[in-house]
Amino acid sequence: MSEVYLNSKYIGDVEEPSLFIDQFKTERRKGSLSNNVNIFYNDLDNNVYIESSKGRARRPLIVVKDGIPLLTEKHLEQLEKGELSWVDLVNQGIIEYLDAAEEENAYIAFTEKDLKAEHTHLEITPYSMFGLVASLVPYANFTPAARVNMGSKNQRQAIGFYASNYLVRMDMDVNLLHNPQVPIVKSSMSDIYMDEKHPAGQNIVVAVMSNDGYNMEDAIVISKSSLERGFGRSTYYRPSTAEEMRYSGGLVDEISVPDKEVKGYKSEEDYRLLENDGIVYPEAKVEEDDVVIGKTSPPRFLSSMDEYNLAAATRRESSISMAHGEKGVIDFVMLTENEEGNKLVQVRVRDQRIPEIGDKFTSRHGQKGVIGLIVPETDMPFSASGIKPDLIFSPHGVPSRMTISHLIELIGGKVGALSGRQIDGTTFHSEPEAELRKELLSLGFKENGTETLYNGKTGEEYNVKIYVGNMYYMKLKHMVANKLHARARGPIQLLTRQPTEGRAKEGGLRLGEMEKDTFVAHGASLLLKERFDSDKTVVPVCEKCGLIAIHDEYKNTKYCPICGDDVDITNIEVSYAFKLILDEFKSLCVYPKLQLKNKY
Amino acid sequence: MKEYKKYRKRLPLSLLEEVKEKTKDMPEARVNKILKEVHKEYRKAKVQAGESVGLVSAESLGEPGTQMTLNTFHFAGVAEMNVTVGLPRIIEILDGRKKIKTPMMEVYLKPPYNKGKDIKKLALSIKETLLKEVMSEISVDLANSSIEIILDKEKVKDIGATAGSIVKALEKQAKGTNVKKKEDTIIIKPKSKENHVAEAYKLKEKIKNIYIKGVKNIKQVLPVKRGNEFIIITSGSNLPEILEMKEVDTSRTVTNDIYEISRILGIEAARAVVINEVSKVIEAQGLNVDIRHIMLIADTMCFSGDLKGITRYGVVSEKASVLARASFETPIKHIINAALVGEVDELNSVVENVMLNQAVPVGTGLPGLVTKIK
Repeated sequence: MSEVYLNSKYIGDVEEPSLFIDQFKTERRKGSLSNNVNIFYNDLDNNVYIESSKGRARRPLIVVKDGIPLLTEKHLEQLEKGELSWVDLVNQGIIEYLDAAEEENAYIAFTEKDLKAEHTHLEITPYSMFGLVASLVPYANFTPAARVNMGSKNQRQAIGFYASNYLVRMDMDVNLLHNPQVPIVKSSMSDIYMDEKHPAGQNIVVAVMSNDGYNMEDAIVISKSSLERGFGRSTYYRPSTAEEMRYSGGLVDEISVPDKEVKGYKSEEDYRLLENDGIVYPEAKVEEDDVVIGKTSPPRFLSSMDEYNLAAATRRESSISMAHGEKGVIDFVMLTENEEGNKLVQVRVRDQRIPEIGDKFTSRHGQKGVIGLIVPETDMPFSASGIKPDLIFSPHGVPSRMTISHLIELIGGKVGALSGRQIDGTTFHSEPEAELRKELLSLGFKENGTETLYNGKTGEEYNVKIYVGNMYYMKLKHMVANKLHARARGPIQLLTRQPTEGRAKEGGLRLGEMEKDTFVAHGASLLLKERFDSDKTVVPVCEKCGLIAIHDEYKNTKYCPICGDDVDITNIEVSYAFKLILDEFKSLCVYPKLQLKNKY
Repeated sequence: MKEYKKYRKRLPLSLLEEVKEKTKDMPEARVNKILKEVHKEYRKAKVQAGESVGLVSAESLGEPGTQMTLNTFHFAGVAEMNVTVGLPRIIEILDGRKKIKTPMMEVYLKPPYNKGKDIKKLALSIKETLLKEVMSEISVDLANSSIEIILDKEKVKDIGATAGSIVKALEKQAKGTNVKKKEDTIIIKPKSKENHVAEAYKLKEKIKNIYIKGVKNIKQVLPVKRGNEFIIITSGSNLPEILEMKEVDTSRTVTNDIYEISRILGIEAARAVVINEVSKVIEAQGLNVDIRHIMLIADTMCFSGDLKGITRYGVVSEKASVLARASFETPIKHIINAALVGEVDELNSVVENVMLNQAVPVGTGLPGLVTKIK
């Protein structure tokens, strides 16, 4: 006797729960019950739970009866011919979706080999335990799970070919790889998600060795000629948008070349690329601060009195210009209307990105690194047959991380490149490494993948054999060009007069609390003062009342708003932030009186 | 000797005594030479004026502190004797908490007890025993609305008590009741005339927790052999009562409750315990912090005569500068209070001068120029 719950609501009792559940499942597999419904017997409270609600995570499994999977060779043949589809298999009850609860009652075999009479289901494939991207890591079963996870995270950031209609799209922050390739060492997931249609990397020759210390701490050394041949070359697209907004009182923005009278007019130089319609022309080379779309807006706070005020009636400059540190070529200009019927202008800027020192690259095994040095091909190490690596990877990256799959891919890539075929590196049923080695030997190379290399600069033979092979490398979307930032002087905040924050605002790099402490600990007191004087100001102080006095620029006199001009007023040098906190004290009705005293 | 006198003001006494001891049989000229060298070395070892020792101490303890948060060794140890270690313990010490999480004592014993004589009995007699630990049965007599207790004779014997002493303890602590002993059972009856059963049930719960024997607050005892003597480690701390026991070696017995130490043994002892406890934690983590940094922090906490934590209620509230206090937690409170009494900030320390963008008075910011004006 068990209670039955449908979506957590009590609906009745059954005498024999196991019989009921068996019957339920048979009906579902026959198709007379929806295959979206799951049933679960909880042996702790002896209740039956039926779930049909939304939001349950479910996964497909092959149904097993008496130790024999219902999916047969015949089905597979039919599937290959296209006579049968996935939906048919589900409808026929050969494949079944289980939710987390029903899975508790199931006994699932990992592979067909493990099947026993007690099993109720069979995994479709062992690598279904991974997500899409993690199953793209070749030979993942040879590597720690943490590295596979990182490999999958890195691949998501890879630059590739994201959509073939990219020319008419206005996506934000797009990167496009120029000569993408299909990996030599693939996994069967590559076929499922159609790797050929949107690949994200390139096959290159990798040598595992150190190179004058320029590839320590995960850096990589790249051959300059490889970059010139197009390795890792990509394009960065970024659109800018301007809209002719309508304001109350019939006022509108205007997209045009701004008049010189306009408030905030930049300089003629900045507007030089604009055509008569106020928009840049395609293929114009733009640099930072160049105006891309010229726009003027009506004055901001127009009160009734200002209608008679001629000076206030001037329009305001609100053009869209290139951000600080950005450059490129105008790729595409689009004129359209938005939902409200306002004129909308979009301009897409394109910038070619050739890999440079600081750009990030990765293999598929969580072995990411930045370029530490670009070496002319003449200086790259070479083998007797004249092969020069495109990339030099540091051997110190391997022992502690134990990414064996990285090393196997290198051999696999070498075999694949030499024999002109793709290598199957699918997790759990890949081409065995031993066979790859045998094939490598038959191709006339050393079985362990090493080769004799010669120093590119001196021509001397290296004392050790170098592990060389082909690997699939990806360029990641983090490029120095988007991150490089330094400032000597620049914009400040209005309130505190301290430097602005962040790269986009050309901000300063903060010397924080703990950094300050290190100066104090060293006793570098005067250096600390100098480092913190970004907001230093000179303020006049009334010696009588100890409050900030006023300096009249016109008359060149100083007076105190409280004590008048018959008092001693002295200039002191403090940080503006301190002057500000004095004002805040006053707003708290606290009287901050400064008692001045000669320092010397 | 003349030479020693000359150096009395220039060398610390302990150093001078040591030199005296070691140069007993030497000729005067040589002693003089040695003293000169000692003085030179001593001056070299002294910290320079304007060195920010406090900040360096803070950094030296703060840096390993950040590493400790990443360590999972916070709650290492056997479940029976669970002691706070790692970062939580350091925070507890430096905050000067009055109620620490796991108070603990190490009770050293006088001979012959430290050789293991009656060690188990002694340990059990220290342990705080409640009635519920020595009884085998407790029930409410509904007819008389009284409570009947049957004692576990074995356990009573273990702790060195008798039925009589238990009855006495009950009489003393269970106020408003009549306690009677009848063969093996103890009967407790409320004195009030009305026979309320509900009250009897309430009383039953109360009586279960009545203290019978041992030292209060000592929750657990564990005799262990350390070196070649036996000591008793306890969970829970009660220094005054333990020190009164005649078996205890009062000169070595310690607790980790620093506040209790400062109350019973004085502030100098508390300072020593702060230093010991902090270095113990740091050493247990395999880190290395110079003892002098910890000593400076302990001095800061103790120099006023009371134990003060490094919190806004403790040493920070003692800072001379309003601005310095305001820059560390609850700024408005400090500013308003300073305004009420018209406090003057002399700008004598680091934080205030950083706020004003003035040279801080340490290191290069300290010296001034003295010159005669003609």
